[in-house]
Amino acid sequence: MPGITREEVAHLARLARLELKPEELDHFAGQLDDIIGAVARVSEVADQDVPPTSHPLPLTNVMRPDEVRPSLTPEQALSGAPAQEQQRFKVPQILGEE
Amino acid sequence: MSDIIKLTAAEIAEKIASGELTAVEVTEAHLARIEAVDEKVHAFLHVDREGALAQARAVDAKRERGEKLGPLAGVPLALKDIFTTEGVPTTVGSKILEGWIPPYDATVTKRLKDADVVILGKTNMDEFAMGSSTENSAYGPTGNPWDLTKIPGGSGGGSSAALAAFQAPLAIGTDTGGSIRQPAAVTGTVGVKPTYGGVSRYGMVAFSSSLDQGGPCARTVLDAALLHEVIAGHDPMDSTSIDAPVPAVVDAARNGSVQGMRVGVVKQFRGEGYQAGVVQRFDESVELLKELGAEIVELDCPSFDLALSAYYLIAPSECSSNLARFDGLRYGLRTGDDGTHSAEEVTSLTREAGFGPEVKRRVMLGTYALSSGYYDAYYGSAQKVRTLIKQEFERAFEQVDVIVSPTTPTTAFPIGERADDPMAMYLADLCTIPTNLAGNAAMSLPCGLAPEDDLPVGLQIIAPAMKDDRLYKVGAAVEAAFVEKWGHPLIEEAPSL
Amino acid sequence: MTTTTDLVSYEDALASYDPVMGLEVHVELGTKTKMFCGCSTALGADPNTQTCPVCLGMPGALPVVNATGVESAIKIGLALNCEIAEWCRFARKNYFYPDMPKNFQTSQYDEPIAFDGYLDVQLEDGETFRVQIERAHMEEDTGKSTHVGGATGRIHGASHSLLDYNRAGIPLIEIVTKPIEGAGERAPEVARAYVRELRELIRALGVSEARMEMGQMRCDVNLSLRPNGTERFGTRSETKNVNSLRSVERAARFEIQRHAAVLSGGGTIIQETRHFHEDTGSTTSGRVKEEAEDYRYFPEPDLVPVAPSREWVEEIRSNLPELPLVRRNRLREEWGISGNDMQSILNAGALDPIVATIDAGADAASARKWWMGELARSANESGKALDELAITPVQVARVAELVTKGDLNDKLARQVILGVLAGEGTPDEVVDKRGLKVVSDEGALTTAVEEAIAGNPAIADKIRGGKVAAAGALVGAVMKATRGQADAARVKELILEKLGVAEG
Ligand SMILES: [Mg+2]
Ligand SMILES: [Zn+2]
Repeated sequence: MPGITREEVAHLARLARLELKPEELDHFAGQLDDIIGAVARVSEVADQDVPPTSHPLPLTNVMRPDEVRPSLTPEQALSGAPAQEQQRFKVPQILGEE
Repeated sequence: MSDIIKLTAAEIAEKIASGELTAVEVTEAHLARIEAVDEKVHAFLHVDREGALAQARAVDAKRERGEKLGPLAGVPLALKDIFTTEGVPTTVGSKILEGWIPPYDATVTKRLKDADVVILGKTNMDEFAMGSSTENSAYGPTGNPWDLTKIPGGSGGGSSAALAAFQAPLAIGTDTGGSIRQPAAVTGTVGVKPTYGGVSRYGMVAFSSSLDQGGPCARTVLDAALLHEVIAGHDPMDSTSIDAPVPAVVDAARNGSVQGMRVGVVKQFRGEGYQAGVVQRFDESVELLKELGAEIVELDCPSFDLALSAYYLIAPSECSSNLARFDGLRYGLRTGDDGTHSAEEVTSLTREAGFGPEVKRRVMLGTYALSSGYYDAYYGSAQKVRTLIKQEFERAFEQVDVIVSPTTPTTAFPIGERADDPMAMYLADLCTIPTNLAGNAAMSLPCGLAPEDDLPVGLQIIAPAMKDDRLYKVGAAVEAAFVEKWGHPLIEEAPSL
Repeated sequence: MTTTTDLVSYEDALASYDPVMGLEVHVELGTKTKMFCGCSTALGADPNTQTCPVCLGMPGALPVVNATGVESAIKIGLALNCEIAEWCRFARKNYFYPDMPKNFQTSQYDEPIAFDGYLDVQLEDGETFRVQIERAHMEEDTGKSTHVGGATGRIHGASHSLLDYNRAGIPLIEIVTKPIEGAGERAPEVARAYVRELRELIRALGVSEARMEMGQMRCDVNLSLRPNGTERFGTRSETKNVNSLRSVERAARFEIQRHAAVLSGGGTIIQETRHFHEDTGSTTSGRVKEEAEDYRYFPEPDLVPVAPSREWVEEIRSNLPELPLVRRNRLREEWGISGNDMQSILNAGALDPIVATIDAGADAASARKWWMGELARSANESGKALDELAITPVQVARVAELVTKGDLNDKLARQVILGVLAGEGTPDEVVDKRGLKVVSDEGALTTAVEEAIAGNPAIADKIRGGKVAAAGALVGAVMKATRGQADAARVKELILEKLGVAEG
């Protein structure tokens, strides 16, 4: 089992959008390594011909009719917004793709 | 201590219906109790004094008009702060939602209101329900009323402590890996994790969607059943909700019996890590079941040994995705919006500041388990383990009607003892997790005090999916036999605070 | 655009390289409500008025699948000759983006609802090209961001952004082709024809209006080149959100030229997303990702599997409307026209108006004649599409009827049409107001014919001598005398009658 490095923790933190402090990187690297080491036992069954269960219930086809239901008012929708402008959620500059 | 707060929910409802007590009197008595002891216990994150009294007054008005009252009308309840409540703060024990006032009610909240249950306030919990001690709350720990230096269990420690401290006769919890049952066990109260899909998850802030299940908490089996009936049942807002009648739990609780039942004892639920006093009380419980007419069957479920590992891959994986929405843009905390940071940076700064260490640990663990190259070994394998556990339960229930085990391997441990030792903390859920993975129903009820520390021990009863009524039938029989043996309910031995 | 991109000529590019394309088209469904909640999808609403806890990703909210969304996906799958999954699931595609309230998109991953199909598309010359379909899956749209403080609403230089989640959660069907090989120099044309055919199909199914200019249909063009005669695919570029048929073709063409320039200069293509610019017809590089995207897909635990029963699928199949290509082939045969003629009709956007005109009572030949003639000319002059002209198929059919009845001749009919287009009223009103009526009084016509014969004895003799074709000159004289309001065919008949000559 490969140990979890500080760099890997940093990569995970980026994926998970966590601005971890340097000391947290070290701390979590050790702990994640311990936990992964302990739970990696599940791979004992990796080769077994067992179907995966993603859900405890055998339900299928739960759907609703295409009927409009009342929305929130815009005041309710925006009631928790840290910032708003022109009835929209105001967020800092987005660095993504155009 | 006022006598009102010692009453059971069933007794309170009866006295309000008969006019012996008013809902306002009952509510005020409990609010006074909260005022008197919650500084020490810290079961509540938010007490909704005005809302509770308004609800109580509405119940009294209904009675005065001669309207028929529901079976729990006017009974106070402590609601875990994981359910959204319109107009009342909902934090999930996290800084990231500090001050958030939801614009909508969870289905459970709505059903409680519709049943005229008086919601006293919101109870403390491990942040996002991740934990077994309530120490992970961003708002400080809750004390166990039996010994305030000990944990009240988790994640629903606020709800269990509120019951044990007589701050409320009813409470709601949620159980992802044992968060209703383990707190019930360590506080000498009753807690039920219904069959997955039995209680709507709509408005219940998600930790691990395929495992989470809301359920009733109380001081007696009958009270739990009455509450179960109010909150359970199909909800079209939750695609995973079961569209079938609710099992007749109240009826079962009123007719407790184990006569002629086959009760399974799983070999994997004992051994290393189990406290001697816990094992002793459990063995006595099995003897009691025999005396009451049950047949005991030994069971072997080898995959249960992998349950904890599977759980600590599945739950973090789902949570890493469920918690992505807390990004500081639409609601809740926002950190670093000073004009120099982009939206992406503000999201990372907000999540860093808003999540506690256990949440970050699990989010990263889940991110790891789902990432390309690791998915099959971790998440994929964990789901195979889940299948095996489900199959072993199915085979077991061909031989037995219910399974019993200790609820948790130890009694309440000291606050701080396992705080930065995740692996030790995770062991608290050893006996409860297989049920969450398989989706079936389980209950914890008190079976005595451990001789070595005089702290409550929980007996877990596990039933097949949609056979929740069996929990109450067996639980009520066991409860009655213990009360007769002890001469009083166990909770009366709790210190008076 | 400040950066210029090296290109080689299209012909040179194709002389050395073979293009391979992959097209991903997102179609917004026209359901009344969103994919996972009951919020309305109506266009033009005020910001954040069509949102709820579910589509805002509020804590505790849960999705429920829109049955009509699933049905539409099955319709599209069947129309694309796909297999429909007996059992499939939604999955979460995890990545952070402010447009996306949950910071994961509920989509489908390795279990799409429809897979392994094809779509036959017709090229300009009527030739058919088969595009293989990899899959069609269900997912949800994102919200809309407006960037404030920068130039022209762009992200770059913006001080902040404003988010409206009305569009978040609107059902999308993503249709992905298999690699399109063998199109050669016609690759850009195939891309355009494919998107057009898909648009016609979606509209015929009634599942979306598929208006590209409204973003209801968006195309990503993936393109790579490989040296002619080789098998292995080259590295591809992904040009995102191309929003018109013309742009699809131009984007493919541009990328072929750009890739060829890079490759023939010894460079390597980097796998990246690119943006197409309508104004210049060029693409520019998007953000280059420093780390490969890892979406951490896993089955959506808040939803249960979709397992369409075979009965349901067959019921949907049996109720599918006639598909566009089938319809076009049928009409071509019914009308007795060539593939090229049909292609011209398609290119002119005249098919639906012609069919509607026929449905309103006109014969096929007149309907085609008017729409492809006078009306196409008017549309061209005014820079409008045919269906934007101020005349309805019913009105065109009425004009044709008047001609058939002999009340109008072609010349008068043209004037009627111009009158209608000019807003002078219905065809009958224009006829009245302008006094356009064929002279059908036999007495007056006979007089005019006799005058024409008397005024042109030499021509009359030629006709008597058997040169029937010479009658045209006399017809012209009569038409002139009646100011064009005579029925030319009747005039010819009368002339021949008078001169004792039998027609042809
Ligand atoms: Mg997509
Ligand atoms: Zn919505």
